[in-house]
Parts: sequence; structure tokens; C-alpha cells
Amino acid sequence: MNTPATEPMIKIEDVSKYYGSFRALDRVSLNVNSGEVLMIVGPSGSGKSTLLRCINHLEIPDEGRIVVDGITVNNNEAHINAVRAEVGMVFQRFELFPHLTVLENICLAQQKVRKRSRQESDQIAWQLLEKVGIPEQANKHPPQLSGGQQQRVAIARSLAMQPKVMLFDEPTSALDPEMIKEVLDVMLDLAREGMTMVVVSHEMGFARNAAHKVVFMDQGRVIEQGAPDTVFSNPQHERTKLFLSRILR
Amino acid sequence: MAVDQEQIITSKRDVVGRTNLKQFPWWFLIILAIAGYMTIRIIIDPLYQGIFNTILQGIGTTLYVTVISFVFALLLGLILGLGRVSTNPIWRNLSISYIEFIRGVPMLVLIFTISFAVVPMFARTFGLSNNSVSLTTRAIIALVLIYGAYIAEIFRAGIESIGRGQSEAARSLGMSRVQSMRYVILPQAIRNVMPALGNDLIALLKDTSLVSVLGVREMTQVARLSVSTSFRYEETYFILTLFYLTMTLVLSLLLQWLQRRVGAKG
Repeated sequence: MNTPATEPMIKIEDVSKYYGSFRALDRVSLNVNSGEVLMIVGPSGSGKSTLLRCINHLEIPDEGRIVVDGITVNNNEAHINAVRAEVGMVFQRFELFPHLTVLENICLAQQKVRKRSRQESDQIAWQLLEKVGIPEQANKHPPQLSGGQQQRVAIARSLAMQPKVMLFDEPTSALDPEMIKEVLDVMLDLAREGMTMVVVSHEMGFARNAAHKVVFMDQGRVIEQGAPDTVFSNPQHERTKLFLSRILR
Repeated sequence: MAVDQEQIITSKRDVVGRTNLKQFPWWFLIILAIAGYMTIRIIIDPLYQGIFNTILQGIGTTLYVTVISFVFALLLGLILGLGRVSTNPIWRNLSISYIEFIRGVPMLVLIFTISFAVVPMFARTFGLSNNSVSLTTRAIIALVLIYGAYIAEIFRAGIESIGRGQSEAARSLGMSRVQSMRYVILPQAIRNVMPALGNDLIALLKDTSLVSVLGVREMTQVARLSVSTSFRYEETYFILTLFYLTMTLVLSLLLQWLQRRVGAKG
């Protein structure tokens, strides 16, 4: 990276997180620049999801500081909500609201948080459904959709808030293999449009095609980081090599 | 071969027929038969008819007390149930103490305590005379306070049945705690607890008979008064039983139908 003229979009400084005596995050420091796609890989229990969830304060860091778009994430409820409105999150299990239709899922937060009119939020929702390729499902309820379709709705729901950052927590790992591509395609489009993204995933294809930087985590620490090609084809650390040999095969 | 197949088919049909007989709701026929017998007695026997008409005078009060108590108990239950899962320690602890207190005392005792101790106490504080609160109102207050605690536990269970991911999704979209509860968690929780709430409505209908101890002229009290002069114990109490049985069965069927309609919509 050339020295960025502007502040990074996400600044993570010396963040630690404990569950009892278990150290889930151990003095993690990371920067994500605007428009950058950062991919976090690592074995399960390495703290990658915890780190992601600290960025929008679903988990509260015990030490350190996280700044998102100039707002420091602290325990102040108003600050937390301000950060969350700028940070979209996509979950492994979609977490669509099953009592609402697809369209209502995408409109709810627009109306209640962004205070948009029904008409305006509807219009945005339809545009986003076109973008993720499933406008014909607008009036169905989430359980009637396939996993891939549900995840695309979840992405549209986040995008409707016009976030500056999108967080993806293993977005394809609950999907059947034939549905992974349709979700990754939507994510690729987003990356090309210059969305700042932090992705926890083991989709190496996505990493090679879209990621600017890959971070390898183990036991709550950042072990190695760099361009995807460098990290994948020429890992420096033993643990990275071992992990990659297992998932790349 | 052909014969074998035919045998298989007939035996299959036998099995199907037998399971159908096994699954037929015989219990419903049995209850219907008992109710039918009683109904015929009421129609043909003038004595039965007289008692039937007497008890009928109490049905309005029974229904009125049930409906009003249930509506307010739902409100109280929602407030207490939300308190039960609240992060606010004052609200949470007050809710838990109230629920545990009510659940630890027999209903009949509570009806006496609320009607003859709590309500007069409050009436005095507000400068009202002891007689200004009617017995029916006291009965309703007692049932609301008791069932509010039971219904609170239903709401709590319903809220806890919704996975944490749902509130995380709502919060990550920038919704506040209150918005997340109101628009995402509660609508799902309420749909999940509809059957349990229906059960409590039926239980409440039956428990209105307890307020006869206050002298509220609902069906049980009317029957008791009638018996004290007619001494027709058998006829009166059998007919009273039939009244409650019919009402709970009809209510139960009504709730099942409602449940199916709501379920079909979702």
C-alpha cells in the first residue's frame, strides 16, 4: 500500500477480547482502507468472527480501540447505533426476518432507522432486488426461498442502508455447493464497485479474484498478512502453511 | 406372482384401514355422546330445563369476567414478560419478584387476599370507600393480577425462543433495542406462543368459577344459590359441568381454527 492520504475506513488498534480466561483476540491491529477488500482466513476458533463482530460492536472488545469512519466504537449506545447504520453485516445463517416478506425485510430498517418514506424505501428495495437478481421473489417469505436466494436478500437488506462498509461472516458456509456461486457473484460485483469489505471466508476463488489483502489469524492473533497471491503461494509461517495445505489440498 | 401382489395390496389396505380407525378422534365422540345425553335430558325434562335456564343467567357474567380479565392479563403479562428479559435491573427484578410471588401462592388464597386485603388497601390510599369497588371488579382485578404473572412466563419463553441472530441482525441494521424487540422479536414470539396463550384463556374461563367465593353471580355461584333452595344437587351440578365442558370445547375448537388461519398466512 502506498501511504494513504486519507484516514483508513476501519482502524483496529491493539484489540483484545477474553471469554473468561480464554483469549479470543490477542492485541490485534489492522487497518482497512476505503474501497479495500480484506479477507480474514484461519482455523475455527482463531478469532476471525469475533474480530468481525467487534467492528460493529456485536462483541465488546475488552482492550484496544476500533475507529470506523472516524467514529470510535465505544459503549455509548448512540455511537454504537451510528456505527451500525454505516456498517452492513451479512451472517452465516442469513438471519432474515421470517415473519416479513422479502420486500418488507429490505424496507424495515430503511423506514425505522433511516426514516425513509414507504415509497422511497420500496423503490430502493426493488432496485436492490434487481441488482441481486431476484425481483420475482419480492413478495415471498424467506422460508420459501433457497439458501442462496436468502443470502442475496440479506445482502440487499444491508445495502439498502447504504453502508460505507460491509462485513461478511462466512456468508457461503451454510449454503449447498450449487448456490455458493450466485452469492459470490453478488459479492464480486460489490467489490468491483469499490465497496469497503471485510470478509471472513475460506472461498479461495473469491480471495484471488477480489481481495486486496488477506489476513491469516490463529489463536486470536494476526499471524500473517499481505496480497492474496503472496500469502497463498508463498506463506512465511509454519501455521499458515499447515492451514493452507489443509484447505487447498 | 399376481396372487402374491393382490395379497400384499389387500393387507396394505387392511393396515391403512386399521390405522384410520386407531387415529379416529373417538374421545370426541365419547364426549359428544355424554353432552348429547345431557342435552336430551334438558330438552325433555322440565326439571332439567328449569335448572338449565337458571344457570344460563350466569353465563353472561362468566364470559364478561373471562374476556375482560384476559385482555388486561395479556397487557400485564406483556409488561412483566418484557421486564423478565430486560437489561434494566430494576424492571427485571421487580418483574421476577412479582411473578415468583404470584406463582408461589394458591389461586383461591390470592383471590381472597387481593379482593379483601389489597384492593381495600389501595381504595383507602386513594380515599375511596370500601364499598366503591364492586365484587365483580375485585374478581377481575384478582384474575388479572394472577394470570398476568402466568402469561408473563409465556411471553418470556416466546421471546427466548427467537434466536439471538435475529436481534443481532436487527441491531446490525442500526435498529435500537426497542425497535428490534417491537418489529423483529415480538411479532415472531407472539406467533410462537399463540397455542400457549389459548390454553391460558381456557384455563382462565374455568378459573372464573373460583370467584364464586366472592359472591359474584357467575355460573357457579348461580348454581350454588339455586341448589341451596332446591336441594337438586345431582341435576344442578351435572348441568353446571356440562356448561363448562361445552364452553371449553367450543373455545378450544375456535382457537384451533384461528391458529390454522394465522399459521396459513405466515
